[in-house]
Amino acid sequence: MAAGETHRTIEAVFRIERARLLAGLARFTHDVDRAEELAQDALLAALTDWPESGVPHNPGAWLMAVAKRRAIDARRRQSMLERKHAEMARELDDANHAPIEVLEAAMDDDLGDELLGLIFTACHPAVYPHARAALTLRLVGGLTTAEIARAFLSREPTIAQRIVRAKKAIGDAGLTFEVPRGRERAARLASVLEVIYLIFNEGYAATAGEDLVRPALCAEAQRLGRILAGLMPDEPEVLGLLSLMELQASRLSARSGPDGAFVPLTEQNRARWDQLLIRRGLAALDRAEALGGAGRYALQAALAACHARARAAQDTDWRRIAALYDRLREVAPSPVVDLNRAVACSMAYGPEVGLRLIDEISGLAALRNYAPLPAAKGDFLFRAGRLPEAKHQFEIAAGLTRNARERAFLLARMEACT
Amino acid sequence: MRVIVFVKATEDSEQGAMPSAELIEAMGRYNEELINAGVMVGGDGLKPSAEGKRIAFDGASRTVIDGPFAETRELVAGFWIWEVKDMDEALAWAKRCPNPMPGPSELELRPVVSMDDFAENMTPEGAEIHARNEQRLAGE
Repeated sequence: MAAGETHRTIEAVFRIERARLLAGLARFTHDVDRAEELAQDALLAALTDWPESGVPHNPGAWLMAVAKRRAIDARRRQSMLERKHAEMARELDDANHAPIEVLEAAMDDDLGDELLGLIFTACHPAVYPHARAALTLRLVGGLTTAEIARAFLSREPTIAQRIVRAKKAIGDAGLTFEVPRGRERAARLASVLEVIYLIFNEGYAATAGEDLVRPALCAEAQRLGRILAGLMPDEPEVLGLLSLMELQASRLSARSGPDGAFVPLTEQNRARWDQLLIRRGLAALDRAEALGGAGRYALQAALAACHARARAAQDTDWRRIAALYDRLREVAPSPVVDLNRAVACSMAYGPEVGLRLIDEISGLAALRNYAPLPAAKGDFLFRAGRLPEAKHQFEIAAGLTRNARERAFLLARMEACT
Repeated sequence: MRVIVFVKATEDSEQGAMPSAELIEAMGRYNEELINAGVMVGGDGLKPSAEGKRIAFDGASRTVIDGPFAETRELVAGFWIWEVKDMDEALAWAKRCPNPMPGPSELELRPVVSMDDFAENMTPEGAEIHARNEQRLAGE
């Protein structure tokens, strides 16, 4: 095998193991930077050894053993140094004095639990949501800083800064990379789900730029969601979020036309919806509902399922959707939910109902400069036959959106009003 | 990217030989690992080709051929659907698979054509036909 190919093989194996490796090392060292260094050391060792010895039977255990041996060697050297500088040693944490046997015993920890601990730590509420997303993509998704920057349409130094700050926040908070228990767990889980959905939406809704969707980011969020569902199979909201992402992603390729233009849900070619993802999404929703799932993600998944189940746009059960929005408002009240409810009600009960509901919320500060609001209002007015008013709303919406594809769509709707 | 991994048939699988208890267990653990990594999105085993049918097309004629089919090495005994970042990752996972058969065997990895690949070759006429078909399927 050529050297380049061997390296690629080893790097592919390393990528599979990386998140679990980092998780174990972070739990072991309580230090993300140190964990990343040790993981990198282990990769270098593999690149040296494996071309000769072949990929070991259990590469994950091999990498972990190499990295932990190095961590322990470093600590031995450090403690020898410390004996020479006893006064310095007293200032160090107790953790740094743990005897080697204790450290070795810690190696037998459950790996799944460690990965979950890493996810919970990267998504800690002490860290700003976008920084959480960047750190999660880096540590759990294995993306490079450059890849994350591309995904978020940011500059690399910005993302690097975000990651540094996120790591510092984790260090300052003294997090131990454990899975939270008891009452804390629910709040922390909400933060994890928020981050995964933020990553998904950044790909799905593509708030800025030329591309309507960035499927790689969606795929990454789906993978995180699947991993989380594997680690926490009995959490209805984890399954709810997974279902929501699978169902929304099933429509990814139908959302843009051959020329890249935005295609709204009701006009999509449903033959292009990904039936495998729809089946997976509906199955996850069934499990979530069987577990009593009625949280914000399970309800949103139920909403997405209404669309997935309709073979044609006019078969959509808009009354059920409107009723689900009523429930979602109770669980997760937000002006955006109210706006979507207005859209659903306009479809179920006519554009006049939609206009009445949208007038109730159009003064809210949170919806000021929010392009979907005038876009929806324009649609209601259009369907009510009030074309000049509709045109005006589409014009406002086109001026507000930052996405080029969406703007083209709105301008086309504007033209259709004359 | 989505990849379909075919488990190629062998004499054993074609005779409907049951996998050993050890293999069933090892395969279960492997599938669990794939699921926990968010890689496996589907998959199934297939019955021997003796229970399968083929339809041969030639111009207007359609001929049904009953199984079993002769060229065992070309037959499929099962498949997975994986979602991976690239073929390197798919290969790394495939190498971890326990040998699915008692004797020598083979996995075949084939990337799935994505809808986007399809869209690039879609002519306006093609798009129109698909849209029409879709409307008819929906009973409009």
